[in-house]
Amino acid sequence: MGEQLKNAIDWLFEPTRYFAGSVLLLVAIFLGRKWFSKTIVIVAIFALGTVFMLWAPSDPDFRTIITKPDNVPIVILLGSVVFFTWLAMRQAVINDERVKEGKPTLEAELGKKKVFTWPDLVYIEFICMILFTAFLIIWSLKVQAPIEEPAATARTPNPSKAPWYFLGLQEMLVYFDPWIAGVVLPGFIIVGLCAIPYLDPNPRGNGYYTFNERPFAWVFFMVGFILFWVSFVILGTFLRGPNWSFFGPFEYWDLHKLEPLVNVDLSTYFWNFVGKPKPTNPLVREAPGILSLLGFFLLVPPILGKTVLRGLVKSMGMARYNLFMHLLLWFALLPIKMLLRWTINLKYIVGIPEWFFNV
Amino acid sequence: MQKLFDAIRRSQIWRSIFRHGYPDTPRNRTLAVLSNTFLHLHPVKVRRSGIRLSYTWCMGGLTFFLFLIETITGLLLMFYYHPTADKAYQDIWALREHVPLGIMREMHRWAAHLMVITVWLHMYRVFLTGSYKPPREFNWNVGVILLVLTLLLSFTGYLLPWDQLAVWAITVGSNMARATPFLGHEGPGASLLSFGGLNLVHAGDDARFGLLAGRFVGEGALLRFYVLHCVGLPLAASVLMAVHFYRVRKDGGISGPL
Repeated sequence: MGEQLKNAIDWLFEPTRYFAGSVLLLVAIFLGRKWFSKTIVIVAIFALGTVFMLWAPSDPDFRTIITKPDNVPIVILLGSVVFFTWLAMRQAVINDERVKEGKPTLEAELGKKKVFTWPDLVYIEFICMILFTAFLIIWSLKVQAPIEEPAATARTPNPSKAPWYFLGLQEMLVYFDPWIAGVVLPGFIIVGLCAIPYLDPNPRGNGYYTFNERPFAWVFFMVGFILFWVSFVILGTFLRGPNWSFFGPFEYWDLHKLEPLVNVDLSTYFWNFVGKPKPTNPLVREAPGILSLLGFFLLVPPILGKTVLRGLVKSMGMARYNLFMHLLLWFALLPIKMLLRWTINLKYIVGIPEWFFNV
Repeated sequence: MQKLFDAIRRSQIWRSIFRHGYPDTPRNRTLAVLSNTFLHLHPVKVRRSGIRLSYTWCMGGLTFFLFLIETITGLLLMFYYHPTADKAYQDIWALREHVPLGIMREMHRWAAHLMVITVWLHMYRVFLTGSYKPPREFNWNVGVILLVLTLLLSFTGYLLPWDQLAVWAITVGSNMARATPFLGHEGPGASLLSFGGLNLVHAGDDARFGLLAGRFVGEGALLRFYVLHCVGLPLAASVLMAVHFYRVRKDGGISGPL
């Protein structure tokens, strides 16, 4: 029974299923948010999580990963993101319900009353500080900070991992070259975050939790934060072993596990399909990929702007709309590349290793 | 006992510090906030809706608190640490072996991890409550930069123990820099920047070299990261935090319905 369950979990956590499962889970949360925001749901999630965390470490392979001192924060991250997503959704559902009934939001009703900073606010801050200090001291007494063998530039550990909060970026390296996964996309994440207040044309939902008044914003941010950041960090920490190969939570990190490299460039597909040898000029050789990328970035925004997103163009104006669409398309490149990798083993859309220009 | 307390409260020393009575009347509660250097970051009165834990999650405050813990524990750690390749590792090892009940490094490390989590959650909360909307657009931007600074602080600190974990994590992280378009020697476009057949961007002068002060993670990188970790980044973060807190106040306090 135990072994079968472990095998089932290992099977379920394989990257494509893990990703597809996360997407389905998020969709379920959005659509069934009334149900998800019930108290019993969060109690059940944490009860199941506790049972799992009591049972699973009996497995030696699971224990090896989970008891690494630096992995404790990832468990805290997972628990707190689940809890706070639930808490936010709960308040959004309550507020949306109240607005539907013609009542003011919780924040509007409570906000009418002002209270003294001393004692109401300073006490909350003080108690938070004391509890956090106690928590930190207990944690520090229980778990020693890691120190491994002295630095040796000649001995590369396998796997070599970046600090845990950058593992989402390292996971992207599976699908993109470092110049995109490590430089361009992180740069666009920062630029995109900074641009959010100037790109969001929706004046509603300022200062209170609501889903119905800003559904796109909530879905967009939760997909970005939960699906492409937190879940990638968890994937990179717990499920990526030697050679960045995938390992299930109960799988032994075997150094010799090899995943066959059968990935093919788009140009190879194209010239095979045409039945001609690959041209030597890289620009001609990669023309199909370059044209599809140009089409993606130059044609998609105007086409959508003239059709389904006409309302958005109107409310944002041309400049903002174009900036928004280009940031969005860069973001969309990641799931597109992931799907292409999983379905047709695509390596590069444009592959010009001569110039380090691989997309 | 009561007499003793009263005597203390009436003494010139006490009254020179606290210019008001016990904060149990509206007047004294107002004065308690107004006359205190640190508390006066807060307004005297706040909206009841804004200070509930279920609304703010207290994540911004905790991030700041963790920054203070990092400053104090980090200062203590600096007394025992030399940022040189032959001493760094031994110093960290000595901290663990020779200090009974020494948990400063543990507190420093776990609080750093927690700070990354709390700052993410703070951003998550601010987004979900729409608190970046006018008039708080600028402060959201300051917050994004503070978030990046938090990650950089943690990243530079990660190298300092100078063990295998540290060096290779920084190697993996900083390897990205050599793929920077135009500025990294393995980045797209870098090969276009040449002069008379000589490459202008190569492993000895590209973005990664600037970050690490060398072609690999070595002594130069250790010193550079140490200075950034202990002086440069905290200084930048402190200035931006001052701006961040001031703007929270000036943009209308903790957000709430308009």
